[in-house]
Amino acid sequence: MSEWKEPESLLEAARKEWAALEGRALGPRDRMGIPAQEMPSQEPLARAKNMKEVALGYFAEQARVEASRCLQCKNAPCMQGCPVKVKIPEFVAALAAGDPAKAIGIIKETSLLPAVCGRVCPQEKQCQSTCTLGKALKDANQAVAIGRLERYAADWERANGGAAAPAIAAPTGKRVAVVGSGPAGITVAADVRRAGHEVTLFEAFHKAGGVLVYGIPEFRLPKAIVQAELENLRAMGVEIRTNFVVGRTRKLTDLLEKDGYDAVFVGTGAGLPKFMGIEGENLVGVHSANEYLTRSNLMKAYAEGQADTPIQRAAKVAVLGGGNVAMDAARTALRLGAEEVHLIYRRTENEMPARKEEVAHAREEGVQFHFLQNAKRILGEGGRVSGIECLRYELGEPDASGRRRPVEVPGSEFTIPMDEIIVALGNESNPLIKATTPGLETDRKGHIVVNGEGRTTLPRVFAGGDIVLGAATVILAMGEGRRAAAAINQMLAEG
Amino acid sequence: MNRITSKKQLSQDVFRLTVEAPDIARERKAGQFVILQLDTEWGERIPLTIADADPEAGTITLIFQAVGASTRKLSWLGVGDEIANLVGPLGRPTHVEKFGTVVCVGGGIGVAPSYPIAQAMKAAGNKLIAILGARTKELVIMEEEMRALADEVIVCTDDGSYGRKALVTEPLKELCEQNPPPDLVVAIGPPIMMKFCAKTTEPYGVKTVVSLNTIMIDGTGMCGGCRVSVGGETKFVCVDGPEFDGHQVDFDQMMARLGAFREHEQMARKGCLLREEAVRKGLKE
Repeated sequence: MSEWKEPESLLEAARKEWAALEGRALGPRDRMGIPAQEMPSQEPLARAKNMKEVALGYFAEQARVEASRCLQCKNAPCMQGCPVKVKIPEFVAALAAGDPAKAIGIIKETSLLPAVCGRVCPQEKQCQSTCTLGKALKDANQAVAIGRLERYAADWERANGGAAAPAIAAPTGKRVAVVGSGPAGITVAADVRRAGHEVTLFEAFHKAGGVLVYGIPEFRLPKAIVQAELENLRAMGVEIRTNFVVGRTRKLTDLLEKDGYDAVFVGTGAGLPKFMGIEGENLVGVHSANEYLTRSNLMKAYAEGQADTPIQRAAKVAVLGGGNVAMDAARTALRLGAEEVHLIYRRTENEMPARKEEVAHAREEGVQFHFLQNAKRILGEGGRVSGIECLRYELGEPDASGRRRPVEVPGSEFTIPMDEIIVALGNESNPLIKATTPGLETDRKGHIVVNGEGRTTLPRVFAGGDIVLGAATVILAMGEGRRAAAAINQMLAEG
Repeated sequence: MNRITSKKQLSQDVFRLTVEAPDIARERKAGQFVILQLDTEWGERIPLTIADADPEAGTITLIFQAVGASTRKLSWLGVGDEIANLVGPLGRPTHVEKFGTVVCVGGGIGVAPSYPIAQAMKAAGNKLIAILGARTKELVIMEEEMRALADEVIVCTDDGSYGRKALVTEPLKELCEQNPPPDLVVAIGPPIMMKFCAKTTEPYGVKTVVSLNTIMIDGTGMCGGCRVSVGGETKFVCVDGPEFDGHQVDFDQMMARLGAFREHEQMARKGCLLREEAVRKGLKE
């Protein structure tokens, strides 16, 4: 990534560029010569002290310039990279033509949450990884910035009166329970409601939105965007019931047998944090990233004095892991006043699962990266964290995931003083639904077993998202939700 | 939703609320708890045990001690007020069967969660002995209810102002020395009391269940803030508990973890007390 630039200078450059492009018939060579547009963002040191969104979104001129870079490939390899097959060349062409209304209409044919996906999708691994422009320029970072353009179109719509509520088919008298109000649940609720069925969306927390609300920080996904999506659902007539734990407040089977629901969709996510089973893991000052982020995001503990929920504000923080959640935790720690944040990952930067942009942002903000290192034990004093003992690793042969396996370097232990350790090593599947729903088959890892339509082993019960996939992404959860919703709608139409 | 239908002050800082919560009243079993939050934007989520429930009336009973900021704020609510958010029942229900003789030890506010367990144990055909402990007479709660239920009730106070002048572990030890000893002990109260109850029964090999009340946020396994070491393994109180084998729990670690946010809690409590003081003065003037 290049150095941070003033948003105004990016705008200035885009204006000049657009003035030169406007009205011209562009050939592929011309398009390849247009400079990639950088995302305007808050100044790194300033933003590391506030919770406001880091990436500010393209200016209109930037969006037109960036969209003009698209080669409009007939075979659209970008679409092959998209889990929900957004018609990317079409919406990008609409943006190039200065018609964001048309662009958002095209996106929404297939994606329900563009403002969210534009911000959190791992585009460099999906649509942008197969972009012809990136390949032609021999640099994946030079691919068309599809995610930023998607975000631009979605933000344009929200700033211009919002989306019209979609048409709802005539009431069918059928009722569907959707368990979990994260990306999968929101998607199913919308799709099933559109077919005219009554929908109740159940959420265990006091606020709906799932990982979009408790997990992803405000500085990466403003909560107002999630609220707008939930308001859309309410406007469509979806009933949202918070403070309701299916499996505890009501058994899943009771929803079908006693409460009159005709189908249930389970989208409860991957909510059981993994720990490493190392010495010192239960010391005061060791938190799962789930706990840390939930305190900060959902409970708003970052607003000291205003929020009742406390959060540890440590000077020296270590974050273990290399995914998006690890980046979110590390960057949150900076915003809560940490002097030093060390991210410890046992492979190298190339293997890190986090979005490139998040890694770059974290680095700009001052997070210190330690690659090929891993925690061996956590040291304590008086029951509290005082440091971490790490071990060095080197890369060996590729493992099942195709990534080169990290191998311990014997005798390479070293110690770093720390006040707080945040464990961001992923989640296992939450056992609650399984434990309270006899006959619901799960695999070895506790993921609910489904067929290609999202049907579980119990009649009229469907599942999707992380509870099926394991920890995955918003877009995959949404894709699964759409598929299950289609199957639910078909089942209910047949009888 | 969650309207308070009755309120009674049981002692200086202990209150009993009956709250409309039909879903929870219908599903709850002995040993389970709820999480509540008083303000959707800024409130904290706190776990409280369910002291009783009336499925017909659709109400649950909460007994709590106003020790922290949120419980003090809860004590300010009155009949007709609503609790913004209330979720449950959470945790695994108590394992109830006919064991023979069951001793329920309740320390202070811990008598409240013991009560539904005592009810269930009695209903399953057990002989029930209740030991109620408190610092002083004024703090003994639910004695009447326990007397109506148990075959034997032993009351102890630390200062001897009521019942025996003893810690609960004293009569517990005597019961363990009897032949035959009790078949099961269920001890609920302050962590230090549960720790010493478990220590008391261990030499006699009397199975001892404790109910842990740790820091938690979601109560469904998501945050892991409630984790404790049980028999050397990390367990989550919210989904694996709240009841565990008292002989296996690492109480010292648990107590350290309970103190994780003590400074914040003390500040918040001070704020509440100042506000109460201001309200009192305002009323007087």
